Amino acid sequence: MIDQLIFSAEVFLNGLMTGVMYALVALGFVLIYKASGVFNYAQGVMALFAALTLVGIQQGQVPFVHLINAIFGTHVENFGWNVPSVLAIILTAGVMVLLAILIEKLVLQHLVGQEPIILFMATIGLAYFLEGFGDVMWGADIKTLDVGLPQGISDTVEAVTAEWVGYGFFIDRLDIWASIIAAILVAALVAFSQYTKQGRAMRAVADDHQAALSVGISLRFIWVMVWSIAGFVALVAGIMWGTKSGVQFSLSLIALKALPVLMLGGFTSIPGAIVGGLIIGVGEKLFEFWIGPLVGGATENWFAYVLALLFLVFRPQGLFGERIIERV
Amino acid sequence: MNVHASDGYTTADGRQIGPVVMDLKNITLRFGGVEAIKNISFDIRQGEIRAIIGPNGAGKSSMLNVISGFYVPQEGEVWFKGYRRGPMKPYEVARLGIARTFQNIALFDGMSVLDNIMTGRLNRMKSGFLSQAIWWGAAEREEIENRAQVEKIIDFLEIQNIRKTPVGRLPYGLKKRVELARALAAEPQLLLLDEPMAGMNVEEKEDMSRFILDVNDEFGTTIALIEHDMGVVMDLSDRVVVMDYGRKIGDGTPDEVRSNQEVIDAYLGVAHD
Repeated sequence: MIDQLIFSAEVFLNGLMTGVMYALVALGFVLIYKASGVFNYAQGVMALFAALTLVGIQQGQVPFVHLINAIFGTHVENFGWNVPSVLAIILTAGVMVLLAILIEKLVLQHLVGQEPIILFMATIGLAYFLEGFGDVMWGADIKTLDVGLPQGISDTVEAVTAEWVGYGFFIDRLDIWASIIAAILVAALVAFSQYTKQGRAMRAVADDHQAALSVGISLRFIWVMVWSIAGFVALVAGIMWGTKSGVQFSLSLIALKALPVLMLGGFTSIPGAIVGGLIIGVGEKLFEFWIGPLVGGATENWFAYVLALLFLVFRPQGLFGERIIERV
Repeated sequence: MNVHASDGYTTADGRQIGPVVMDLKNITLRFGGVEAIKNISFDIRQGEIRAIIGPNGAGKSSMLNVISGFYVPQEGEVWFKGYRRGPMKPYEVARLGIARTFQNIALFDGMSVLDNIMTGRLNRMKSGFLSQAIWWGAAEREEIENRAQVEKIIDFLEIQNIRKTPVGRLPYGLKKRVELARALAAEPQLLLLDEPMAGMNVEEKEDMSRFILDVNDEFGTTIALIEHDMGVVMDLSDRVVVMDYGRKIGDGTPDEVRSNQEVIDAYLGVAHD
């Protein structure tokens, strides 16, 4: 029995770490939802695109290499240089800002004042476009991403737990780093949206376009800003997931795991995304550990969605979401 | 008193009205084949309360939207403070010092009354977002100044007791007042009110009238307003523009307008032989 409890504690910790990874993706959704009332279906693909771009720049890949070779009959392969990780990350962040500007110019600008559902449909289109674009630009093969984040078992955690409870816990060092980075990111984002002029303007735009214009807020600036930040968050999520499981096109599907996280935490709350992610991460791991064997396993595939369904029935705005106020 | 003198005039209650702030020259606005505004010219003077009245569909709101930059007229010139204004985005107009309210209330429902009013001061915050995020240096001073100004407006409009309430929960009359507060927070040089008393009961209308007069009196704010209720307009305003079917049919003091035959016809209807 005591063994079971110790194992549970280890599972719990690993659940927390997985939860952080979910939360990282969910954060991007929350940001755009807060600022434009739009559920950005393309958030997962943006993470994929960011990761692809990062690897591409790092390894000196020539963008659109197949296209160039096919059209001009050349045999270009790559630039033959390696860009240092830090520089590559900065360049990728620049690409994400550029992407935000393009999205505003080509898509959002033409949809000012439209229903949220219209904007949602536009993001579905954006998701498919971006996925294909990433494919053409950087190729479809699975790539490994290494920006120098430590990986593998954390010896410190193992040693400490071995001494205290007589059993060394297995915690991936990458997960620990992901938690630290997520914590910094969230603190920065909360401070930004709650205390700065731009943050206040962002919340204003989410509520009412007309009113925001009338107090002198430029919708275009706010949208570019928000999509840039969401692009940056996507980059962070892309780095973490890409390092963990390789940069491949199934990465865009992690967006699906962010959905139950958002239903739990609330679509409008940054801390909610974190808490929601942690609850789902821990919940699905513990459930798999205790109940999984009784029902034949593989519960991780559906646990999060069932939990989200329960929340939808009893607390549709999530744990931290803004109350839906309706005067009759 | 000669309200048509070029250098201003003194009102019946002794307020000094200054030179022209907003000058609209030969404005024409079309939506496809429909002419919403047909070749209208009028001006708004420093410190006055200027009303635009007319029956439904006369083009009053369109006129206000032209002034606030939400619509760009096909023809005509908009002069503000002696400069001709090119086609501008609404947020650029707002930054010039023109604040407005909306006929069908446009507030930020998810935010508290206080936060809503604070958005009115967004363009007065100059410190960097980094120092704002960590509440340091110039940002702190600035936020305190802005809060003080907002508190003054909250006191003035007597909405202290609801300052922390999310706007979405407020009744209609109070929402209208919060919207006025947000517009005032920008310390506008020209305040545009689109039917500030629409849908209010008599008591609320009286309150709102009093606030409008007080705002003009206390802050010296120039106000242009649209209103349906003739009684209210005549009591409030210094000069009135009357519109009907997109045309200007009268312009002058309430008394002048009241005795204008075309205005009487537009409001009471006229028998056609």
